Amino acid sequence: MFSNSFDAVIPVICVTLAALVVMLAEAFRGRGERMPLGGLAIIGLVGAAAASVLLWNRNATSFGVMTADNFSIFVNLVIITVGIMTVVVSSQTIERDNLPAGEYYATLLFAIVGMMLMAQATDLLLIFLALETMSIAVYVLTGIRREFVQSTEAAFKYFLLGAFASSFFLYGVAFLFGVTGSTNLERVGSVIAAQSMSGNPMILLGVGLLLVGFAFKVAAVPFHMWSPDAYEGAPAVVTGFMSTGVKAAAVAAFARVFLSALEPMVTDWAPVLWVIAALTMVVGTVVGVAQTSLKRMLAYSSIAHGGYLLLGIIAGGDVGKASILFYLAAYALTNLGAFGVIALLGTRERANDDLRDYAGLWHSHPALATLMTMFLLSLGGFPPTAGFIAKWYVFSAAVGAGYYGLAIIGVLSSVVSVFFYLRIVVMMFMSERDARPVPPPITAVAMAGLAISLAGVLYLGVLPARVLDWAQASVGTIF
Amino acid sequence: MTGVPMLSLAIVLPVLGAFLLLFIGNRDGSKDALIRNLTLAVSLVTFGVTLALWAGFDQSPAAESFQFVERQPWIPTFGIEYFLGIDGLSLMLIVLTGFLTPIALLTSWESIETKVKEFSILMLVLEAAMIGVFCSLDLFLFYIFWDILLVPMYFLIGIWGYDQRVYAAIKFILYTLAGSVLMLIAIIGLSWMHHAATGEYSFDVLKLYALDIPYSTQYWFFLAFALAFAIKVPLFPFHTWLPDAHVQAPTPGSVILAGVLLKMGGYGLIRFAYPLFPEAAAYFSPMIATLAVIAIIYGALVAMVQPDMKKLVAYSSVSHMGFVVLGITAMNVQGVQGASYQMLAHGVSTGGLFALVGMMSDRRHTRAISDYGGIKKVMPKLTAAFLLITLASVGLPGMNGFIGEFLIMLGAFKWDPRFVVGAGLGVILSAVYMLWMFQRVFYGPVTNDKNKNLPDLSVREWAIIGPLIAMSIFMGVFPNVFLKPMEPAVTRIVERVQAHQPASARLENGELRPGNPAPAAVRIPTGGN
Repeated sequence: MFSNSFDAVIPVICVTLAALVVMLAEAFRGRGERMPLGGLAIIGLVGAAAASVLLWNRNATSFGVMTADNFSIFVNLVIITVGIMTVVVSSQTIERDNLPAGEYYATLLFAIVGMMLMAQATDLLLIFLALETMSIAVYVLTGIRREFVQSTEAAFKYFLLGAFASSFFLYGVAFLFGVTGSTNLERVGSVIAAQSMSGNPMILLGVGLLLVGFAFKVAAVPFHMWSPDAYEGAPAVVTGFMSTGVKAAAVAAFARVFLSALEPMVTDWAPVLWVIAALTMVVGTVVGVAQTSLKRMLAYSSIAHGGYLLLGIIAGGDVGKASILFYLAAYALTNLGAFGVIALLGTRERANDDLRDYAGLWHSHPALATLMTMFLLSLGGFPPTAGFIAKWYVFSAAVGAGYYGLAIIGVLSSVVSVFFYLRIVVMMFMSERDARPVPPPITAVAMAGLAISLAGVLYLGVLPARVLDWAQASVGTIF
Repeated sequence: MTGVPMLSLAIVLPVLGAFLLLFIGNRDGSKDALIRNLTLAVSLVTFGVTLALWAGFDQSPAAESFQFVERQPWIPTFGIEYFLGIDGLSLMLIVLTGFLTPIALLTSWESIETKVKEFSILMLVLEAAMIGVFCSLDLFLFYIFWDILLVPMYFLIGIWGYDQRVYAAIKFILYTLAGSVLMLIAIIGLSWMHHAATGEYSFDVLKLYALDIPYSTQYWFFLAFALAFAIKVPLFPFHTWLPDAHVQAPTPGSVILAGVLLKMGGYGLIRFAYPLFPEAAAYFSPMIATLAVIAIIYGALVAMVQPDMKKLVAYSSVSHMGFVVLGITAMNVQGVQGASYQMLAHGVSTGGLFALVGMMSDRRHTRAISDYGGIKKVMPKLTAAFLLITLASVGLPGMNGFIGEFLIMLGAFKWDPRFVVGAGLGVILSAVYMLWMFQRVFYGPVTNDKNKNLPDLSVREWAIIGPLIAMSIFMGVFPNVFLKPMEPAVTRIVERVQAHQPASARLENGELRPGNPAPAAVRIPTGGN
């Protein structure tokens, strides 16, 4: 089982190389010289995507700690898409906000490396390493606008709480190792399955600590406190990246650990996760209603979406796992689009993310307002968008597994969430513009990025069959 | 059939029209006239398609139960299909949609002055979604159309409505959504039950009809479906979104809302809730019927005291739609036929009332009854039109409202005469509030100087109200034209539901009382008015 094949690592290597090249290029950049660093990043990401596609159905493994099964390839592709979209939208905001382009792109790429590793890891220690790689890069990105107090504060808060969560996770790994003598997921799983360990306090403690660590990373209630602050303080593009990429990677690892190694203990953790999922959906939406900053609003909305993803994990089974994957894809496209719009409307001085800033946007930027509406409708789960199919899929998984109560909590909270998404729509379409300055014009590249995002949202909403089949094919082989 | 996918055509035509409009640059409003004409043309062609459906529809009882069937796999893994087909019931509602959309568009020509392009796009998308709702036989597809159409309606109310439009729009969408998401859970549950029974998923209504659902499950699923439809109808006490939405919506929005959207609730009960869960339906029917009677009387009483004409008409809808629900709960051929007919009649006459109120408020910018008075002397033509539609609405024999209410009461009487007493009271009250409003607005001296020089109906307005009046009379005189295509569909559904219900629950149905004068006797006071 310890194959020395490098195949499974190739996608990660592509992105790592791109990150190194970007760093080097930045180091040798002359003062005032402009370099197509974003282009380099995209080349690396596209290479990784190509490598991932070539690995499809091959179930390659490397060094006994990494796999390139279809599940991780699907997640990788979502993460890579997130990366590419982020780079595209960043092209405008980096210049506007005067961010250090080299550091920015390199850190972004390292975060992606961490995410991809997290999706591919089959060893608890590697998951921890990946988690740290990703997290540290994201802390930096959160605080990249150093001259803003808010940004620095957010980064620091995120770092402190994130470090705690990571140590929880590591502690949990230690307990599991103590009981089972391994950190390899397969070994851990087989030991747990072989000896009935349901009542063993050591292992319960270990599982609980892992649960806390993951819950923290997916921003599940009550471990969500960091996310509104971090989301608000980070530049909008980074927020979009965090709310989709970090979530995708964390949920993927969460699902892998809990639905493979810890599957035999499902009766122990499912009730706990049930409560966490319900709380996450309800708190995310209800508190979201009270927000007036768009970034905070979408931060709470993404907490709620994390709850829907947990629904998929609780439901388990092939449908549950596939529903997680589809949900991640749909949610990534949609949320990136929404944050992209927010990012593009900001200026260097002001983020323009207050609800009032969107008053009458329809009159000044009709196309942008329409795009934003479509993204919000998708977040709210209206057909014919990706958001509806994704929600239907997780609810279907939950109902199929008999969790009617959780599904009902889910749909009702999604109705409440529609209320605050529509508040934004009301502002854009049904309020008059007040005397604030008109937001800046949007570059063609950024606009094209958003348009592609919308095309993806509509494609997944109208013709979801193909991607649904891919998602199904991604879960058949692994767990 | 002929090879042309007629139903898809009816759905796609408005969407194509909307798509075409996207490419007409109209930021300065210079192309408003072109856009209006184009939109009207598209909706008229769509109406033509719906008429062609009617012409091609085989009305004989031996014909296929669902015609113009189109079936394409859509999400094969979950057995979700693009599955369209119509029986007589859906056919009539589709024709109603096709008929009312151009009329609603015409009412917008003067009342909607800003953002005409966006308005037209939304109206066309709305039409497509409405037709989709009525001809989907796949529950998943049905749900998608059902949800999609909330969005354009929300924008229509929220952007072009009156002062409280935003509140009304959000209330409308949240109420409807809250009901329908629970239905979604039940739909998902049904597909899993089908999976458990046969090994494959399906959302096909016809297959789900055949499913043997245990009573305990039916109980909850029926509640979920019935709640969604009861909110849409709207049935007391779920009606509170309706007055707000109606009063705040622009005239074309009100016409479509009252004319077609409310009918989706009744349609859903007949097509889905009752046949899918017959045993649970039998259990809940008396409760729903009680609510329906309360709605009939409550709606009428509240309508009576409204100072605002539009709100009055809105509450009259609550009352009239209560009849529809009563007819459905009776679940015999007369009751369901009556309910279906009442839906069509209500669509025409209430659509007409909203159009007329809209014309008056276009002129005077007020909808308060007290601002009018003596209008008969100023606008005799409008007065005549208003009177005709009012009489149709209160159910004067010989006009469309009569047939539906009569059949409903006949059906309800066969089931449980107690309900008919309340319903009969509602009929009297409807005459009271409508005619009282008519009297206050149109008769007497002209008390307000602003009312002295109002222009009478224009040609465009005749084009709106003329067809509605003609249809009101035609439906009243030749009801069979509409009843006959619906009859096989209704009979099938009623037989299906009754076959599954315990015999004891339906004992009364054995005793037909032909020629029983009770319903007719109840009618006499209104007829005399």
